[in-house]
Amino acid sequence: MENKVRCLFDIDDFSIEEINELISTAEDIISQPQKYQNACAGKRLATLFFEPSTRTRLSFEAAMIDLGGSVIGFSEASSSSTQKGESVTDTIRVVGSFADIIAMRHPKEGAPVAAARKTIIPIINGGDGGHNHPTQTLGDLLTIKKETGRLENLTVGFCGDLTFGRTIHSLVNALGRYKGMNFVFISPAELKIPDYIKEGVLQNYNIPYMETNRIESVITNLDILYMTRVQKERFFNEADYMRLRDYYILDLEKLQFAKKDLIIMHPLPRVNEIAVEVDDDPRAKYFIQVDYGKYMRMALILKLLNIEV
Amino acid sequence: MMRIDKIEEGVVLDHIAAGKAIDIYQSLNLGELGCTVAIITNARSSQMGKKDIIKIEAHRDLDLKALGYLDPGITVNIVQKSKIVDKKNLELPDRITDIIKCKNPRCITSTESNLVNEFVLTDRENGIYRCLYCEAKAER
Repeated sequence: MENKVRCLFDIDDFSIEEINELISTAEDIISQPQKYQNACAGKRLATLFFEPSTRTRLSFEAAMIDLGGSVIGFSEASSSSTQKGESVTDTIRVVGSFADIIAMRHPKEGAPVAAARKTIIPIINGGDGGHNHPTQTLGDLLTIKKETGRLENLTVGFCGDLTFGRTIHSLVNALGRYKGMNFVFISPAELKIPDYIKEGVLQNYNIPYMETNRIESVITNLDILYMTRVQKERFFNEADYMRLRDYYILDLEKLQFAKKDLIIMHPLPRVNEIAVEVDDDPRAKYFIQVDYGKYMRMALILKLLNIEV
Repeated sequence: MMRIDKIEEGVVLDHIAAGKAIDIYQSLNLGELGCTVAIITNARSSQMGKKDIIKIEAHRDLDLKALGYLDPGITVNIVQKSKIVDKKNLELPDRITDIIKCKNPRCITSTESNLVNEFVLTDRENGIYRCLYCEAKAER
């Protein structure tokens, strides 16, 4: 069975025009939410989270509820039939009978692509291992648009775990298609941006970029600083995780050299890579970034269910 | 010079890189065809210096996509009545199915036994294939 309906596995699945349409819809939802409050009445979203996640799952669920729809699902693999040895694809085939659209997270890369081959309803990738996390990217793009006023001519710094940071990979992929982007990758040598991103995005779109391991040397030039956590669950080796965990910590001392209109983003959860003292700085946008994520998920659900308001 | 007989009906895979015929034989499961298969290694070649050749008698149904992935430089000669009646030049296929496995331990194919490995050609110039699921680069 081949899924012919529109899904979202990778931010690349949508053209820039489609992403801009989603941003417009999200901005409209923000300005007049009551217009959308029954848009998905009678529709059901299944949130299938084979890997625990609070933020993304609740964001999807809040998005569907705010659209007047309902939600079913599970929040970890241990409460699903995979615990009994059921394959992901079998689980998806079953759930496809109960829902109109699925948002899923799975620790294995490419799981949503495999899932979509076993159902005829839209699948949204809510994160597949260290690979992609396109709905985070949609929220990030809306954050950038709303907080800087533009989606072009930006110097964007990505800091932290650039090897396993799926939010980084998806965002680089999306921003790379907008005009006038410059990227600065700040990471230890062990956590550099992967070659497939360099080949597939940076070289493909001729995007100027530099790599460094010192945040202090580049922070003055940045319009956006996107921080990430070094994620324990991506490491096979505890010693490597412990060694790299505290490599970068953003604090007010480092920020004194940054632009006044810099925006600081983070996919959250934050551990200690951004000092709490930064939270009150007007440049810190990582909490409002969560709100924007929900609005973009609302716009996405409407698009994939072909609902026009 | 050693002499290898012509075949009457079948396929001759010519211009195989020297030393690679055994890999081709194994990858295409030629041992399971049940017909006569001759492997010639290190044959003299004006183009290549040395080359390998595989002759398969009385069988013409080969997976040319797989062969194109394994070595697009191979020439496939179709033989009928001891004469070459068709020559097929191979090219890298857009997609290969169930020929190689994804080596990425984080890929969904590493745990879902019912999934068939599929790779997509993402860079024709450099012959790079990536896993349909996790996008990991295929290792040759």
